[in-house]
Amino acid sequence: MSLVPLPSVLLLACAWLALGVIGLARARSLTLVAKVLFPAGAAIGLAVAAVALMAIASPPTETVLPLGLPDLPFHFRLDSLSAFFLAILGLVSAGVSTFAAGYLRKGEGTPPGLQCLYYHVFLASMALVLVADDAYAFMVMWETMALSSFFLVTSDHRIAEIRRAGYLYLLIAHIGALSILLCFGVLQGGTGDYTFANMRAQSLPPFWATIGFLLALLGFGAKAGILPLHVWLPEAHPAAPSPVSALMSAVMLKTAVYGLLRVTFDLLHAQVWWWGVLALAIGLATALFGVVFSAVQSDMKRLLAYSSIENIGFIVVGFGLTVTFQAYEMRSLAALALTATLYHCLNHAYFKSLLFLATGSVLHATKERALGKLGGLIHKMPWVAWLALVGALAIAGLPPLNGFVSEWLLLQAFLFTPGLPDGYLNMFIPVAAAAVALAAALSGYVMVKFYGVIFLGQPREERLTEAHDAGPWERVGLVWLAAGCVTLGVVPVQVISLIDHVTGPLVGRTLAETATGSWLLLAPIETDRASYSPLVVLLGIVVATFAVWFAVRRVYHGRVRRAPAWDCGFPLQTPRMQDTAEGFGMPVRHVFEPFFRMTRELPSPFDRAPRYRVIVEDHLWHWCYLPVARWVERLTAIVAVLQRGRISVYLTYSFVTLLLLLLFVR
Amino acid sequence: MITAAFANQIINLFAAVMLLLAFAMLAQRRVLSLIDLFAMQGLVLTLSTGFVAYTTGQTHLWFSAGITFALKVVLLPWILYRLIRQLDVKWDVEGLINIPTTMLIGIVLVILSFNVALPISQIAGTITKGTLGIALASVLLAFLMMITRSKAVPQVIGFLAMENGLFFAATAATYGMPMVVELGIALDVLVGVVILGVFFFQIRERFDSLDIRHLEKLKEE
Amino acid sequence: MISWSGVVAQVTELALAVLLAPLLTGWVNQCRAWLQNKSGPGLLRPYRTIRKLFAKDAVIATNASAVFRTAPYVVFACMLVAAAIVPTLATDLPFSIAADAIALVGIFALARVFISLAAMDVGTAFGSLGARREMMIGFLAEPALLMVLFTASLISQSTSLATTVERLARMEFAIFPSLAFAGVAFTMVSLAENARIPVDNPATHLELTMIHEAMVLEYSARHLALIEWAASLKLFVYSCIGISIFFPFGISQGGDPLGFAYALPALVFKLAVGGALLAVIETVSAKMRIFRAPEFLGTAFMLAVLALLIHALLET
Repeated sequence: MSLVPLPSVLLLACAWLALGVIGLARARSLTLVAKVLFPAGAAIGLAVAAVALMAIASPPTETVLPLGLPDLPFHFRLDSLSAFFLAILGLVSAGVSTFAAGYLRKGEGTPPGLQCLYYHVFLASMALVLVADDAYAFMVMWETMALSSFFLVTSDHRIAEIRRAGYLYLLIAHIGALSILLCFGVLQGGTGDYTFANMRAQSLPPFWATIGFLLALLGFGAKAGILPLHVWLPEAHPAAPSPVSALMSAVMLKTAVYGLLRVTFDLLHAQVWWWGVLALAIGLATALFGVVFSAVQSDMKRLLAYSSIENIGFIVVGFGLTVTFQAYEMRSLAALALTATLYHCLNHAYFKSLLFLATGSVLHATKERALGKLGGLIHKMPWVAWLALVGALAIAGLPPLNGFVSEWLLLQAFLFTPGLPDGYLNMFIPVAAAAVALAAALSGYVMVKFYGVIFLGQPREERLTEAHDAGPWERVGLVWLAAGCVTLGVVPVQVISLIDHVTGPLVGRTLAETATGSWLLLAPIETDRASYSPLVVLLGIVVATFAVWFAVRRVYHGRVRRAPAWDCGFPLQTPRMQDTAEGFGMPVRHVFEPFFRMTRELPSPFDRAPRYRVIVEDHLWHWCYLPVARWVERLTAIVAVLQRGRISVYLTYSFVTLLLLLLFVR
Repeated sequence: MITAAFANQIINLFAAVMLLLAFAMLAQRRVLSLIDLFAMQGLVLTLSTGFVAYTTGQTHLWFSAGITFALKVVLLPWILYRLIRQLDVKWDVEGLINIPTTMLIGIVLVILSFNVALPISQIAGTITKGTLGIALASVLLAFLMMITRSKAVPQVIGFLAMENGLFFAATAATYGMPMVVELGIALDVLVGVVILGVFFFQIRERFDSLDIRHLEKLKEE
Repeated sequence: MISWSGVVAQVTELALAVLLAPLLTGWVNQCRAWLQNKSGPGLLRPYRTIRKLFAKDAVIATNASAVFRTAPYVVFACMLVAAAIVPTLATDLPFSIAADAIALVGIFALARVFISLAAMDVGTAFGSLGARREMMIGFLAEPALLMVLFTASLISQSTSLATTVERLARMEFAIFPSLAFAGVAFTMVSLAENARIPVDNPATHLELTMIHEAMVLEYSARHLALIEWAASLKLFVYSCIGISIFFPFGISQGGDPLGFAYALPALVFKLAVGGALLAVIETVSAKMRIFRAPEFLGTAFMLAVLALLIHALLET
């Protein structure tokens, strides 16, 4: 085909921008924005995905555009790594945009046209971040992405809490951006040439390479939400409208992973084993922290946001493992770990956006975000409920859906670590595998809580009976994402053969070289060693279910009687007697008590209206952030002395500065 | 005759059981079960000493196996049982740290002791790689148990378990200490327990409890 | 590549598991009764219960959704698939290459999630309480089980259960201290997973203590029969995992019919001993209060991790 991938991607990004501009021109027209522009955006997303999937197997292409500052043109490059993440962006945004077409309402903060602008600028900037090939273009796009998402987060800007969340997000995004900028400064190696091509050509001494890596970890980690830079995530995700939360969680966090992979494997060649161990340790801490906190949340979007932290933790664990293997020249294991990492990026993009969109539908149907006031929605919203079940099972890492595949690959990478040369490291690996398994099992707990409390049981509030199911646009979006979860779970071999195009250039080995499976059987090393065939498992479960059902029907009459719930004969049953979100999280609060900073408010036995309250907070907030904030405040108090509020004083400052500068250059 | 490789495997198995018992003691709340576990550890020690005696043909190890059995499987548990009956302290003891956390620290200790012991066992050559590490780990775990318990009896058991670890290191790693040293240590342990037993009565008379947190009051204000 | 003898072995094994599982439950109950000086309900009691339940009319709570009605089938199907993976008689199982030890743990988790969701579906206090407790047991037991299986996998260099068992059975006499740790951890995990004393009491309906029973309170008739049967199957599968990893002797390797004839009595004997031991454990230990259970399982988890460590230290 004569279609050239890179220009098409640039054109498609421009098309997204154009949609945004059209939206801005007709800012008040909901029909145009919702029924034309967003579906068009979805189509563009599909096109991006198609181009990216074509480009993933082809050699890198480059181009230079004379945009920006006179002497600093934008360099763009599309290689397999960019293409892979572009494919995630395209595929997921297609579903999210379709959903958004049905989701937009009048009178929710920012007018629809403006939202359309931010939304499409956000999409376009993410696409351009992924193809940027010099630090300048990268930073411009990165900042555009941060700003447009900030405006999206604060689209309900009348609520003070949301403004606060947006502020926190912007703050940490900028700390991260600063760190990335410094990282590029280190990477260019004193040549003053900020193209990635030049950085690739540099071979930095280990000390500077380490500095560069640490800066990248900090900078991209702030965007991805690794510990302890995660605090913005549970604030910003719930504040944003659901399609935006979905995009942020599914794609924006992945751009940070992209950056990390780009810097570590593509731009920095010298790799030190302890980089990997550091990332591994941080990843484990992040995963455990995220899942434990998500188990105690009582706001459904916050719960999902913490679950995103957990999944980023898994991804960083895989990344760390890859770096360690790579540093020890164990290339096939590095390929395995990297495949697990990339696969999990893809999976997380799918199921997390699915669940965020489902919460969006619930939110619109019930006007309620607190888990404690939902319940029983499966009867009123069957579409959303059943599709969300797919997402919940997938994120819980259950076979035969997609979450399980990446967990399986990751555990395999852990398991077949044959004698790393370092004694301590060798023993750390099993412990790390155990922690991964624990976090994965906990995510099952979280998802039962999430799903059970929202969709199952009896409605906890009167007005939930008036809830309505999602509209057709929303259903299409949800079905698209749920289908992705199933497909990715069932045909891992085909997906991995795509991912192989990415792992090859990055770690110099692909799984295809060692794999022995067939199209049906995933066997990354040897069939003897480990194999998994999700399609057969799925068929096994489905066939067994139907066989049992059929057999039971044959031998048995099948009569069913409906009656009120028995509940061990308890006479009084009200919906309020079901477990609340707090109640369901209680075992986790109990078992992992040291993780939390809890304040409890217990009623006394004589209270007329007894009230139990528990506030669960993050230790890190009190240990890391508040001291820094206090310190900054103290510092600014000193600087504030300079603020006199009189023009003449300020003029004096300028005057003195001018004099000093004149003396200095003399 | 037993091959060297097979002997190594058996010694490794004993070592693993020692470690398992050390962890079991760490996880055990009940004082009486703690004594049982201690006696079992003594039994394992006896068996492993006997096994080393059999494979190396060193007669004095037979004696030390006998002493171990008499002292650690019969005499000390009996004394401890009697003490507990007389003091009436057989209820559960809550640790200062919860059990899984204690075990997590224990795992870290195991990793640490293996890496510490690695160079030594490479020099020694007589033994399998991990035995010394496990012996050291048992000592450290017993120490940890002493730290995390707030009652006097479990602490004494921890002290005795520490000696078990040392003894295991001596037999499994270096095929035993000189007889005189061994007898001396055995006597020390016995005397130690007797003195501590007297101590218990003193503590209880003073505070009406064996909770050693009361001893904090004794410091100068 | 798939041999006929393999298919035969697979089908026989599956049929055996389905048919024998209630017998094992009956045997454990009978042993327990004997140990407690009772006469016991008889070995075939579970079969009669299942038959009786199948003949009844199902009563379903008014606000139960389809999740509630499908869950018993899904749970039973999951247990069937699990039973198909675990080698009991022979190691030449065609289905076992489709799912390895990690997938086995995943399938158990799938069943657990479904039954918990079903318990929450009716929206009663007991249902959600049971679901919460079950998931609490689950999130600690699951990784512990995984670590136990990993220990065996590391020894045999394969995560496929059939291959693992085959290699373990074929190894010339070698002692693996790590398996001692794994064995203890596995015993603890299986007690918790199969709702036995000291974690849960299969014979209670006392609200403060029950876990599994609280979840299935609302089920009746055929649904309950399936759930009971699935619970028996789970016990059977867990016993078989334990037997095949820790005592693989006598299992038939490859498709030789003579080995098969020898493997069946060996399996029955091992199961009988295992069931009796389970009854002994249940008789001599007391039920823990619910928040001792995480500690119990945490201990099991740590032991399983230690098993992995011991393997890395002593056996490489």
